[in-house]
Amino acid sequence: MLGSMLEEFQRMNKRQFFYQVLSFGMIVSSALMIWKGLMVVTGSESPIVVVLSGSMEPAFHRGDLLFLTNPADEPIRVGEIVVFKIEGRDIPIVHRVLKVHERENGTSKFLTKGDNNRVDDRGLYAPGQLWLTPRDVVGRAKGFLPYVGMVTIMMNEYPKLKYAVLACLGLYVLIHRE
Amino acid sequence: MHTFLTRGNALLTFTLSVLAGLTFFCFLSTGLNAYSATATIDTVKVLVKNVPDYSAQKEKQDLGYLMFDLQANLNPLFNWNAKQLFVFLTAEYESPDNKLNQVVLWDKIIQRGENANLDMKNMNTNYYFWDDGNGLRGNPNVTLTLSWNVIPNAGMLSIVRGSGSHTFSFPNEYTNVRAQ
Repeated sequence: MLGSMLEEFQRMNKRQFFYQVLSFGMIVSSALMIWKGLMVVTGSESPIVVVLSGSMEPAFHRGDLLFLTNPADEPIRVGEIVVFKIEGRDIPIVHRVLKVHERENGTSKFLTKGDNNRVDDRGLYAPGQLWLTPRDVVGRAKGFLPYVGMVTIMMNEYPKLKYAVLACLGLYVLIHRE
Repeated sequence: MHTFLTRGNALLTFTLSVLAGLTFFCFLSTGLNAYSATATIDTVKVLVKNVPDYSAQKEKQDLGYLMFDLQANLNPLFNWNAKQLFVFLTAEYESPDNKLNQVVLWDKIIQRGENANLDMKNMNTNYYFWDDGNGLRGNPNVTLTLSWNVIPNAGMLSIVRGSGSHTFSFPNEYTNVRAQ
């Protein structure tokens, strides 16, 4: 099968080849546009995240997908599930808000806890940090889709698989003729 | 013409699109559900102490202590797209330092199939009722409400506040002895 595909590739002329390269570029750039567009609409710097730990079980398991929004004019309230970043940690954390204190001038601070953890998150925060502020928040979970994120977890754990899939897709797009 | 690969590809594509369609239908069928219910809340005993919170800053802060009664039948909230309820009791009040304080005092995870008809007497809180300062003593207006976060099989993560609340005030004097 691969042989016949290569044969087809050789039979293409220059014009066709450039056409395929261009359509490949179109696919990449429209994916980027959709992602950036989602960022604008949702207000979150990362509108879709994959759950990586079991700290919110049994609600969210490893590999579940969360859709985030982060409207600036909507204050954070207890019970909401927020995704936040901690200084010195690469991976954002998905936990639930346990306490909120909001001052007269609008500034607020809050404390989080994972549903499956026994204690609140002060031990996870940066040394000396007692509270989170809205600036630490990447987004708030508004939608849930199970299992789908397992694909990206597999790809991150087995980089060879990722390159194989990318190579197959790239080859397919370049060679495939409408 | 129909090789093993093309058949496999067709089967996989069809399975995935049926699954995606069903999931989307599941989301649509419950997307407009309000998930509302009524809760009856009452406080049994209310105390306030002024002690240092060693898990945070060392200064003395107000620590509320209360026991509560709670009745709420949340069984009707479960439908085919409700995997779990995260039920939580919130205390909301104003203090000299903050125009809004929200503290979760108690929570419970109810999964599908478990009894969601809550009827509890003399319950202790799960979490400490620390104020962010000294705003609890003599506070005349602390409101308890019950809310729930519906976690679906696939779809929206909605947070609903139950109708029915209980407002109480803290005593004007600190309790020095340890709460019994």
